[in-house]
Amino acid sequence: MHLVAVFVENKPGQTARITKILADAGVNICWVTIAHSGSFGVMKFLVDKLDLAVEQLKEKGLMVSLLEVMAVEAPDKPGALQAVAECLGRHQINLANCSGFVANNRAILIIETHELAQARQVLQAEGLKLLSQEQMLEL
Amino acid sequence: MFWDQASETLSRPLLERAQLAQLQETVRRVALSVPFYQQKFASLGLKPEDIQSLADVRRLPFTANDDLRAHYPTGLLAVPLEEPVRLHTSSGTTGKPKALLFTRKDIDQAAELVARSLVMTGVTRQDVFQNMMSYGLFTGGLMMHYGAEKVGCLVIPSGPGTSERQLMLMQDFRTTVAHILPSYALYFAGFLEQRGIDPRRDLAWRKAFVGAEPYTEETRQKIQQALGIQVFNSYGLTEMNGPGVAFECEHQCGMHLWEDHFLLEIIDPKTGEPVPEGQQGELVLTTLKREAMPILRYRTRDITRLLPGPCPCGRSHRRLDRITGRSDDMLIVRGVNIFPQQIERVLMAHPQIGRNYVIILEGLDDLTVEVELAAAGFDGDVEHVAALQHHLAEKLKAELWVRPKVNLVPAGSLPIAEGKAKRVIDKRSL
Repeated sequence: MHLVAVFVENKPGQTARITKILADAGVNICWVTIAHSGSFGVMKFLVDKLDLAVEQLKEKGLMVSLLEVMAVEAPDKPGALQAVAECLGRHQINLANCSGFVANNRAILIIETHELAQARQVLQAEGLKLLSQEQMLEL
Repeated sequence: MFWDQASETLSRPLLERAQLAQLQETVRRVALSVPFYQQKFASLGLKPEDIQSLADVRRLPFTANDDLRAHYPTGLLAVPLEEPVRLHTSSGTTGKPKALLFTRKDIDQAAELVARSLVMTGVTRQDVFQNMMSYGLFTGGLMMHYGAEKVGCLVIPSGPGTSERQLMLMQDFRTTVAHILPSYALYFAGFLEQRGIDPRRDLAWRKAFVGAEPYTEETRQKIQQALGIQVFNSYGLTEMNGPGVAFECEHQCGMHLWEDHFLLEIIDPKTGEPVPEGQQGELVLTTLKREAMPILRYRTRDITRLLPGPCPCGRSHRRLDRITGRSDDMLIVRGVNIFPQQIERVLMAHPQIGRNYVIILEGLDDLTVEVELAAAGFDGDVEHVAALQHHLAEKLKAELWVRPKVNLVPAGSLPIAEGKAKRVIDKRSL
């Protein structure tokens, strides 16, 4: 599964600028996270029209990269996140960035890790469901 | 007050006669021992005997920053290698620095000039001297130190920074005079205010010797006001021993340049010809008494002018106005010489970096390098960009001796200049 990552200066108006480009192109955002480090920021989006989003953003002069991540579905109850975390920890897999939310009673974790292939394998072996891009859009 | 009254008030005719003799001796020595000058003389068809008057100095070749760098480490030595007892290096070159070597006599003479300079401002052996300039390879440390010791002051080699410790030393040892950068002096004044210290009431600090980077008359007044001290302008360069080349006397109206040690010229930087007396131009200096590394007609690139007329102090050594600029694009940050090209070379060695960058100087001494990230440099990972930013700052620190703040910005965010890019934005108010 891929996110669109955009590199911007950390100053007012940047988010508006980028969301306008996506909106004008009719792209729908399903998930977003924005982080900064000093003078710059990185925005990551999960969108319904990946290629269109990338094309439009690049055309408008933005620095864009595709970031491969994985989406895991866990049961929506206490201990579910713990189970995922313990599984990854047991296999010495380090989380880079992680974000979680519940939508329609379904608990979703979006995980960035440098050991993506291994993480996928390990979580699937544990019986956890990995979601594809299309499945994420159906949430 | 004079350290060496006879030398400092020597009549012009006697001074100039001595200068000529020293110049001839220096030219003889380099013609004998320094291949670099031998080659230059040969290509000019010049012989030491051709120097018959002070005006003949113009027949000698110039020595440039690049010449010193190209002959690193010991290419300009006029004595056997066992003779020098000290090495200093200068910032402001890419890769290798400029190496300046000194014999015992050179060190002592340098200290003499500093002693003259300090005593000229009223310093005595009763003073407590805090040397708040960088030691190590920079001359502002040891050269000033030796001169102050010669006068008999208690010398505190505090070096720069760590304001808490500077204050503690000032309070506990009752520092009366200090050697300091103009930017740090302003910063320190703010620091004292924050601590609720009134320098006039709580400190014994009365005089500061300020130099290593250009600053305006307004800044001098500001420092004097803020700290309740007298500020004396100090001019020097590593190639000419460091501090003690020219210094203000108690009248604070221009810096007396020690003409018995340095032959001065003010030239038009474009033509190399001398400017009319009193006009602004580039300062060119020839050493008259240096043993290890005599230097002929060094292009300092500093723009200044000779101040006309005698000084009330009675010294016969003429006065230079404060340095107003450079005839090249060199910057000075926290007393350290930096060429924009040095920054460019570090940046462009990284493929993740784009072509566009800008150097911003602001505040008192803040150096920021803003550079565009290339598409190749962004993989969506914040940490990678942050790590690259940090790495660049480290690389620049190693090259420049000063650590800049590095801001990575997206490609296309910096203005594209038409024609020659304006790479430096200097917003400092020194």
